[in-house]
Amino acid sequence: MKPSPLLRVAGLYKNFGGVQAIQDLSFDLAQGELLGLIGPNGSGKTTAVNLITGFVKPTEGEIIYRGQNISGLPPYKIIRRGIARTFQMVKPFYQLPAYKNMIIPLYSPRVKKMVGGKYGDRDAVALDLLEEVGFERDAFVAYKSASVLPQGYLKRLELAKAIALQPDLIILDELFSGLSLAEVASIVPIIEKLRLEGKTIIMIEHRLKELFRIADRIIVLNFGEKIAEGLSNEVMESDAVKKAYLGAEA
Amino acid sequence: MRNADLNSGGSKQRRKERIDRGIKARSSDVFALSSWREMLYLAAPRFIPIVGCLMLPLVLGIYWQKVLLSVAVFALLAISWDILEQSGMISLGQALFFGMGAYAAGVFNHYFGWSPLLTIPFASLLGGMICTVILLPVLRLRGIYFSMVTLIIPLMLVRIVEATKIFGGTEGLSGITPLPSKWLELYLIVGALLGALFGFRRMMGSDYGLVLKGINDNDRSVMNAGINIYWFKAQALFVASSIGAFTGAFMTHVYMFVGMPVFALDYSILPIAAAVVGGPGTMAGATLGAFILVPLSEILRGIGGLRIVIYGLFLVVFIVALPEGIFHYIQRKYHQFERWVEV
Amino acid sequence: MFVGTVVYAVINSVILALLAIGFNLTFGISGVANFAYGALYIFSAYLSWMLLNLIGLPFFLSAIISILITTLLGAMMYRFVLQRVRGQALSEVIATFGIGLAILELFQYLGFVGFEYTLPVFIDNSFMIFGAYVDMQRILIVIVGAALIIFLWFFTHHTSLGLAFRGIAQDERTALSLGINSDRIATLSVSFGAGLAAIAATIIIPLGSISPSEGYDVLIKALAVCIIGGLGSTGGVIVASFVIGFAERFTDSYISSHWTMIVSLAAILIVLSVKPSGLFGKQKELEERI
Repeated sequence: MKPSPLLRVAGLYKNFGGVQAIQDLSFDLAQGELLGLIGPNGSGKTTAVNLITGFVKPTEGEIIYRGQNISGLPPYKIIRRGIARTFQMVKPFYQLPAYKNMIIPLYSPRVKKMVGGKYGDRDAVALDLLEEVGFERDAFVAYKSASVLPQGYLKRLELAKAIALQPDLIILDELFSGLSLAEVASIVPIIEKLRLEGKTIIMIEHRLKELFRIADRIIVLNFGEKIAEGLSNEVMESDAVKKAYLGAEA
Repeated sequence: MRNADLNSGGSKQRRKERIDRGIKARSSDVFALSSWREMLYLAAPRFIPIVGCLMLPLVLGIYWQKVLLSVAVFALLAISWDILEQSGMISLGQALFFGMGAYAAGVFNHYFGWSPLLTIPFASLLGGMICTVILLPVLRLRGIYFSMVTLIIPLMLVRIVEATKIFGGTEGLSGITPLPSKWLELYLIVGALLGALFGFRRMMGSDYGLVLKGINDNDRSVMNAGINIYWFKAQALFVASSIGAFTGAFMTHVYMFVGMPVFALDYSILPIAAAVVGGPGTMAGATLGAFILVPLSEILRGIGGLRIVIYGLFLVVFIVALPEGIFHYIQRKYHQFERWVEV
Repeated sequence: MFVGTVVYAVINSVILALLAIGFNLTFGISGVANFAYGALYIFSAYLSWMLLNLIGLPFFLSAIISILITTLLGAMMYRFVLQRVRGQALSEVIATFGIGLAILELFQYLGFVGFEYTLPVFIDNSFMIFGAYVDMQRILIVIVGAALIIFLWFFTHHTSLGLAFRGIAQDERTALSLGINSDRIATLSVSFGAGLAAIAATIIIPLGSISPSEGYDVLIKALAVCIIGGLGSTGGVIVASFVIGFAERFTDSYISSHWTMIVSLAAILIVLSVKPSGLFGKQKELEERI
C-alpha cells in the first residue's frame, strides 16, 4: 500500500485577469521526495508555488496537504502547518544584521509550538542556524548587515529563514540563480542534509545540471500546463520538453 | 560606526570621519561596570530625563505646570503615533483616539457617575477597542487608506456630534469630576509619559518590536514566516489607540468637560509634528519634539493661527531635509565625534 | 418633492465627483495621495478672488490665470518637495499634509474669512427642471462635470500620455523600463490634480463663499468618495459620488439635514467592512501583491 502523499495538487487552475497562468495542474508529492519543477520563463512555476503557499488563491482545484485541503487558506496558516518557501527575489531586512533577520521566522508560532515553552535566546539559535548554512562563525559573518552581504550569503540567509520554521515541506524558488558553481556546490550538501532529516523538498530551478543530480523526480511546466513528469533523463528526452526549452541551457 | 563624507578642498583631499567616542566603546557591554565614568555615561541619558520630569512639577509655577501637562499629553500622543508609524501605519488622526477616550470618560462620569480613577482606565481600553475595530478593515489595504480614514473620521465625528447633539452636542458634557488633587494630575500624566517612553521603547526594541518593524519594511517576508501580520498590526493599533484614549480620558477630567473640540485637527497635527521634529522611530524623539513644540506654541500663542502654519512648514521642512529628527542628531553627537582627516 | 430631491441629488453627485476626480487621478497615476488637495482648491479660489477684486481683471481671465497658477503650484510642489521623498510613504503623506495645512491656516490667519469672499456665478438665471427651481450655475456644474469626466476617460484611454499614465499606475517598474519618465509623469499627475481642483473650485465656489474650513470639507468629501469608490478608479469615483450624493440629498429631504454626515460616515464604514478597497477598488489585498 503506497502511503498517502504529503502533498496532492489536483486540477489546479489560476486565471489572472485574462492570463491563464496555471492550467489543470495535478501531481502528488511523497514524503521525503525531492521534486524538481522546471520550465521556461513564465511557465507558471512561481505561480504554482504561490498557490500552494496561499499567496494566491486558485480559480479552481484543490491543494491537499497531509490529507487536508489548504487551498484558500491565508499564507500564515499554511506555513504554520509546515510548509516553508523561499522567494526568487531575495529581499532581506537590509538595515538589520543577518542574524537579526532570523528573529522574525523564529518568532513564528509554529517554532514556539515545536520547540516548546519559553524559547530562550533567539539570537543564539539564529547564529547556530546560520552557521549550519555556511555563515562562518569565526569570521562573524552573521553579524554583518544584510546590506553588505553578497548574493551567495543572502541566498543562504533565505534558506536559513525557511529552515528556521521547522518545516516538513520546503519549496526553494530558484535558490541557485546568481550563484557561482562553487557556491552551488557548497549549498548542495545543506540540501542533502535536509533530505536526510526526512524533509520533502520542491526546487524550482533553471540550473538543470545541478538540479538533476539531486532531484528524484522532475515536472516540466510550459504555459501553465504540465507537459512532462518523471525521471530527469526521461523528461529531457520528451519532444514536448525539447520544443518548450528551445535555447535553454541543459 | 563610521561615516565618511568626501570633501575636496584645494590640493589636499580631506574627508569627514565619524568615530565612536572612546567612552562609548569603553562602556559597551559589561565593561561599563569598570568605572564610574562609564556608568555615568550610560545612566545619564536615562537618569536625567526621569529626574527632570519628576522634579519639574515641583519647581514650576501654576501656568507652566499646565504647560507641562500639555507637553506630557502631546508627548504621549506622539509616542502613540510613533508606535503606529514604526509598524507601517501612518495616522493622520490621533484626535480620533484622543476624542474616543475623552468622550468615553465623559460619558462614564456624566451618565453613570463613575469616579475618574475608574473612568480613565476603562475609557482608555474601551476607546482603544472601538478605534481598533473601526480601523480593522483598512489594515488589509495599502497604508494610504489608513492615513485617509484616520484623517476623515474624527473630522466627520465633529460634524456628527454637532448635528445630532449627541452627548451634549455643541455644548458638550460639563461638570465632569476632576481628579482628587492637582499633584495627582501632574504626576499621573508625567508618570504615564515616563512609563510609556521607557516601556514602549523597550517593546519596540525587543523581538516583538522587530516583527512590527519587519511588517513595515517587508510585510510579505513576515507573512512568509507564518506570522499573521494583521493580528500584529491590530495589536499595535490597540496599544497606540489606548494610549491616545488614555490622554483623552485624562484631559476630560482635567478640563472637567468634554465636547466637540476633542476631535479637533490640533490633536492630530501637533503629535505628528513633535514626532517628526524630534525624530520618528524613537519614542525619545517624539517626547523631545513635544518638549520643544508645546512650550514653543505656548510662547507663540500671541500670533494665533500662524502657529499651525508654522507647524505645517516645520513638518515639511523636517520630513524632507532632516528626516532623522533632532533626537538622532543629539544621539549621534553623544556617541560619536567628527573630525577632518586628510586622505 | 421627490423629483426635486432627485434633481438636486444629481447635482450634488456631480459636485462630489468633480471634487474627487483630481485627487483620484493623482493617486491613480502616480500613487501620490495629495493631502494638500483641499488647500489647492481653496488657494485657486482665493487667487481668482484677488485677481478679480484687487486687480480688477475680468472674471473669466482671473479664473483661467488662477487655474494655470494652481496647476503650476502643483507641479512645483512635486518638483521641490515630493520628488525628494518619493517612495517613502511616511514622508509623502506628511509633506503634502503639511503643505496643505500651512496654506489653509495661512489664509485663516490672514483673515480671508467672510461673506464678501465669493466668486461670481457665470450666468445669473434659473430654470424649472421637472418642477424644481435650479439655477444656471448648478446646471453649468453638471454640464462641465460630465464633460470633464468624459474628457478624462477619453484622455486616459486613448491618448499616449494618458496611456502612459495608466502604465505607471499599474506597474511602475515596467513602465520605467519602457522609457517612461516616472518623475515627469508624477509631476504631471500632481499638477493635473491641482488643475482639476482649481477648475472644480471655479465653478463650485460661486454657490457659496470661500473659507479655509471649506478646504478641509473638500478634502473630507474627496477622500470619502475615493474610499467608497476605490482609489484609482474613475468609474468608482462616479459611482461613489452618486451613491453618496443621492444618500445625502435624500437624507436631507426626508430625514433631516443633520444626518447627512452620518450617512456618509456609515457608507464609509459599510464599504470598509464589506469591500475595503472600495466598490470598484483595484487594490488587491496585501497577499496578492506579489
